[in-house]
Formats: sequence, structure tokens, C-alpha cells
Amino acid sequence: MLNTKTAHELLDLIKAGKASRDKILSDLKSRIDKVEPKVKAYAHLPKETDSAKQDSLLNGIPIAIKDNICTKGQFATCASRILENFSAPYDATVIKKLKEKGALIFGKTNMDEFAFGSSCETSCYGPTRNPWDLERVPGGSSGGSAAAVAADEAIWALGSDTGGSIRQPAALCAVVGLKPTYGRVSRYGLIAFASSLDQIGPITKDVHDAALLLNVISGHDEKDSTCADIPTVDYTSCFTKDLKGVKIAIPKEYFIKGLDKEVEDSVKQAKAVLEKLGATFKEVSLPHTKYAVSVYYIIATAEASSNLARFDGVQYGFRDKSSGSDESGQLISMYKQTRGKGFGLEAKRRIILGTYVLSSGYYDAYYLRALKVRTLIKNDFDKVFKDFDCVLTPTSPTAAFKVGERLENPLSMYLSDIYTISANLAGIPAISIPCGFTKNKLPIGLQLLSAPFKEENLFRSAYAFEQNTPWHKMKPDLNI
Amino acid sequence: MNISKDTVKYVANLARLGLNDEELEKFSLQLNDILQYIEQLKEVDISKIAPTAHVLDIKNVKRKDEPSASLPVKEALNNSPQKEGSFFKVPKVIE
Repeated sequence: MLNTKTAHELLDLIKAGKASRDKILSDLKSRIDKVEPKVKAYAHLPKETDSAKQDSLLNGIPIAIKDNICTKGQFATCASRILENFSAPYDATVIKKLKEKGALIFGKTNMDEFAFGSSCETSCYGPTRNPWDLERVPGGSSGGSAAAVAADEAIWALGSDTGGSIRQPAALCAVVGLKPTYGRVSRYGLIAFASSLDQIGPITKDVHDAALLLNVISGHDEKDSTCADIPTVDYTSCFTKDLKGVKIAIPKEYFIKGLDKEVEDSVKQAKAVLEKLGATFKEVSLPHTKYAVSVYYIIATAEASSNLARFDGVQYGFRDKSSGSDESGQLISMYKQTRGKGFGLEAKRRIILGTYVLSSGYYDAYYLRALKVRTLIKNDFDKVFKDFDCVLTPTSPTAAFKVGERLENPLSMYLSDIYTISANLAGIPAISIPCGFTKNKLPIGLQLLSAPFKEENLFRSAYAFEQNTPWHKMKPDLNI
Repeated sequence: MNISKDTVKYVANLARLGLNDEELEKFSLQLNDILQYIEQLKEVDISKIAPTAHVLDIKNVKRKDEPSASLPVKEALNNSPQKEGSFFKVPKVIE
């Protein structure tokens, strides 16, 4: 079945005349018919009417898109009631680039509402399930993209990552997820969550596909003033068989209480594989690591509360019609009712926290203090990358948890991002790749981080590891 | 640190967010937990540290001041819950 292949495999098959675009689509559709009722990876299923431009680079290969990225004429709801029926009037820059290279936009994937979450449970469409264990979460917030790729309901996908939203679900679903450097990929057309942290990135079945996809979506864009005018490289050309001369740091602060034993063992075994390939390791310290979650939840909620102010029932989306929908109503009460009914619980919680830390009297104590500690976290990484090519850590402290398990305790949910958040605060690139399974057959991921705009360092080590391990080839058994 | 129900109510008003009593109660408890955790930042010496608002060393990004195509009015209004002519329609603002 062609839906189980990677994009680069399909491109080779098409060139050799052994696969057709029609067959790829029909295989994908029949897979979706079978497994989507169980997995629920899509917020909006692919439309039959879409077609791809003729271009040999991506040759009509379909790609699933997280529902917070605008694709012209299709829904972009952020899995929130407040954006119900919102149809994007334009293409995000990443979509424009994909279309120009011949990709077929294929469905919008489920997510935590406005990307607020680590479990894909806060979606207004209901939770996505982990294809490896349907009782468990796929991770989040790009849980739909990761689950769709893992369940072979998509060839590959785009997600977005503000505090781990690409890497954590990739780890929990045994797929590859890359958060590029802040400024590497244009965010024009990405519905903003936290503007100093958000990045769009690939979720794929292997490292080669992630590099190929980054080739297409990266680069300068004058429509996003935070998108850096720094040259990109061909990321598919940096793969090597061995890792001679590669220096990798292991931060001791990441191997602490709360890290599951099976995850720790699996990451240590991965280290041995990388060593065998020629990489050298040294323990280092990133001393401000323990403050990352606190800093993140101040900055991310502050920025989110500001970004979400635009959802007020005036220009788009849901408006509460029970009060203030006509001339007799009051504008302020229309805002309050619309936002009170349109946002889900986690979005409201974050708006309140973000507004609180920005409010008069608390700004210095919380927001400004967080920005300063952020500097220290960034300095920690700058120092390490003077001597090392990569940093190796677990992606998530545990494998996938059960649906509902952490929903009532927001702090426990926030702590599931403990290993991924720092990369967003420091603006550096990071990749999660499969590195093993627990005794209960739940996927485990490892994370590699590198200096800003050095994604090639991640791809080199990740590729060599992948070529020498079986994990990325494992498929979930969905009893079909 | 203590966030009372009244504080949550006050902040919700700033954010133009309607919350019911159950939500006010729940958020006041949960935000106390979160803020208590965040208190740990007080132990860090930040006296000589500059804030990082964003990580890129880029300032004052400008494009050429040339007109280009913008979203047509009809398309801009397409997603509006209420419109009239070429305008978004809202409840009366001035008493």
C-alpha cells in the first residue's frame, strides 16, 4: 500500500513509473476510511476537489496540514468554536511554497485548541487517539498531524511548535518532528499563539522527509518580519554514514526525578549507537533548565492573551447572538459573551493567566522577570554550542499518557513539556526521532538540539542514527 | 501569592472574557497552583541581566514602500458574523 511509504520513496516510485498519484490518493483514502473513526486525526477531512500544480519536486504528493495554518478556501479553525466556519481567505507562505513545488494540500489535522495543550484533548472536535494505544493521547498540540502520519493516514504533515507541539507528539507516536530555528520558516498565515516562540515544522516518517520538507518551506519571506534573511542549505545533502568528529553534549539537568526509567534507558542506548558511529559525548550543565517551564508559561500566556484579543466576534468566527448582536445590545457584553462561549477551558485559563502577568502591578514581577531568566536560558545554550554540534536529551519525560489523565491538573500537563520548552525560549532548532519502545509497546523519542540556523547538524546525527536502528520502520497495529 | 475569585473576575473583565461562577472558582484554585510554581523565579539573580523579548538579532525590518494587492473588501467580509454594505456590523458603541 502506497500510503505506508515516505514522500521520498513515493517520488522515486513515481519517477520509476511504479506509482501513480491516483493510486497514492486512493490508498490514502481507503486507509482513512478504515482507521480514522478510531484515531480521529483530522479536524477537516481532505476535499475531493483539490488538485496539485504540475511540478516535479513534490509531484502531487499529498500533505496534511495542522488546522492553525491558513490554506485558501479551506477551514482554519484552530480546533476552536470561536473560529467555527472560518474559511481562510489566503494561503500561508508555507502553503504557497508547497503548492508551487507541486504538493497536494490534503486535509486539516486536529490539534489542541489554539495549540494550547500537550495531549490533543482540548480540541472542540474531541480528542485524537494515539495509534499505538487508542486509550492514550497522541501528544500535542500537533497530535492530529503526528497521529495521521503514524497511522499512515497521511504521507507527511506540517505542525507548529511553541513549546514542544511538534516534537512531543512526534515522540509519543514514533515519527520524526522538527522545530526549525526561530526565523527559519515564515509564519505568515499561521494563526498566532505566542509570537516570540511559534515555528512551523515537518512531521514525517523519516529524517530524509523532514529535510526535504524543510528545503521547501524554509527561507526569507518579506510578509513575516521575524523570518530571517539568512541563506538556507540543501538539508538532504548533509547526511553521512558515520558521525566521526561530531561532538554531542548531554545536559545533566535533563536526567532527573520524573524521567521515566524506560525512557532514560532507551536514550542511553541511543547514545551508545551514536558513539559507535563515531560521535563523542561529554556531560555538560545547562544550569537554568529548571526555570524553563515557569518562564515559558509566563511568556507564552502573556503573548497568547494578547494574540487572542482579535477573536471578538466582529471580523470572523463565532458571535454570541443572544446578547448584543443587534443595535439594542451592548458591545462590551457581546465581546464577553462571544469570548466566554467561543473559547474552551484551557484557552480561557491561559487568557486569564496571561492577562494577569501583564497587568499593572504584576508586569515587573512576572513578565519582565521571565524575559530576563529567558536570557539566562539562552546564554546556557550559547555557551554549550561553542564546543558542541548537538545536545542530546529525551523528548518527553514519559511515554504517552492516558486520555483524561492530566486534563484536570493543568500544572501536570504543563510539566510534560519540560524537555522541549527550552528550545523555543532559546530560539534554537530541535528534532525528535524514534529511539525505542516501552515494555507496553509505547513509542519513545530522543531529542537533538543545535545552534541557531544549524539544522544540518541535527539532520546529520538523526539520519545516521536512523539508518542504524529499526525504530522508524515500526508500524502500529490498529487491529485491521 | 493568592488569587481570589474577585481577582479572576477583575482580570476576566480586562480580557473581555465572560466566565461563570464555576469557572471563576476553578481558575482561582488552579492559578494559585501555577503561580506558586512560578514563584521559583524569585530565587534567580537577574540584577545585571537584560530581557530577551525575542531571540533574533534583527531590528526594524522594512520592505519597500510600494503598493501591492490587498484583500478585496468582499473577501475580507466573507467570514464576518454580521455585515452591512462594505462594513462589519457591531452593536451600538455610543450611548
